[in-house]
Amino acid sequence: MRVLAALVLALVLAAPAAATPRASLPDIEDEVMCVECGTPLAVSDSPVAQQERAFIRREIAAGKDKRQIKAALVQQYGEGVLSDPKRHGFGNALWIVPGLLVVLGAAGVAFALRRWRGRTPAPEAAVPPPLSPEDARRLEADLTR
Amino acid sequence: MRVFWPVTLAAAALVGLLAYGVASKGASTTLDDALARGQRPAAPEKALPRLGAPGDASLADYRGKVVVLNMWASWCPPCRAEVPLLQKTHEAIAPKGGVVLGVDTQDATANALGFLRKRRATFPSLRDRDRSYVHEFGVTGYPETFLIDRRGRVAALRRFPVTRQWLDQHLPKLLAEPA
Repeated sequence: MRVLAALVLALVLAAPAAATPRASLPDIEDEVMCVECGTPLAVSDSPVAQQERAFIRREIAAGKDKRQIKAALVQQYGEGVLSDPKRHGFGNALWIVPGLLVVLGAAGVAFALRRWRGRTPAPEAAVPPPLSPEDARRLEADLTR
Repeated sequence: MRVFWPVTLAAAALVGLLAYGVASKGASTTLDDALARGQRPAAPEKALPRLGAPGDASLADYRGKVVVLNMWASWCPPCRAEVPLLQKTHEAIAPKGGVVLGVDTQDATANALGFLRKRRATFPSLRDRDRSYVHEFGVTGYPETFLIDRRGRVAALRRFPVTRQWLDQHLPKLLAEPA
């Protein structure tokens, strides 16, 4: 029983550490921009990108998690350091327009399907009346000529 | 030909949005144009945190002084090169009612303070962390420098590193103007 209680206690104590994995530079670089170059930090090598990387490394060394490091980056470099579009001003359009396009596209497809299904099939061409015996004889005569 | 209006309107709205986005990202040349016409436009003012000191400050706090407003960042190599000239200028114009005021942009505070300390620069600086303030001056690169007269108007600008010649050309006249 004591062993079981000790195990449960160990699991409870270990849970927070498991929930906040240690931050890593490659993981953060993907979600951060080089503020001067306008490119993701992962593919930037300008002086400011190097400075940002050094800043992230210092924060990792200080034991901060990814969320805290991103908050510290915003504190230092402004909201533009995050690769997500800003959630104000023109940046709102980048969040709204794709969703709007999906909704409009779905509505367009639904509308087109309804129109397509609602169409009555075109009437088949009327079968011509059979030839009279006289016309049939003349046709046969013409074909054998 | 049939026109499907919802699709046409949606396409037009998207093109309009794209055009607005492109136009809003462009650099403003309002100050350059006004100076070219011989005007002195009012300098944008905004309270910004002081670098290495508590509280905020803005250009309004320097009204009555001639301000050499220098936009810089510690990661910008040309900015490093011009600091000695700016420091000398600051020391020279201080007794005549002038000041060099730096605006440090998109920079880590520790790096910015280390940058000034290493070069023994004592002129004050403000922090524009997201570049929103320097954008109002149409700044596209670093360093850029603006001369602000005693009435808070832009009297000259330089979109490259400053030179002794450029400062000598403008500063004596501005310092001689009454407040």
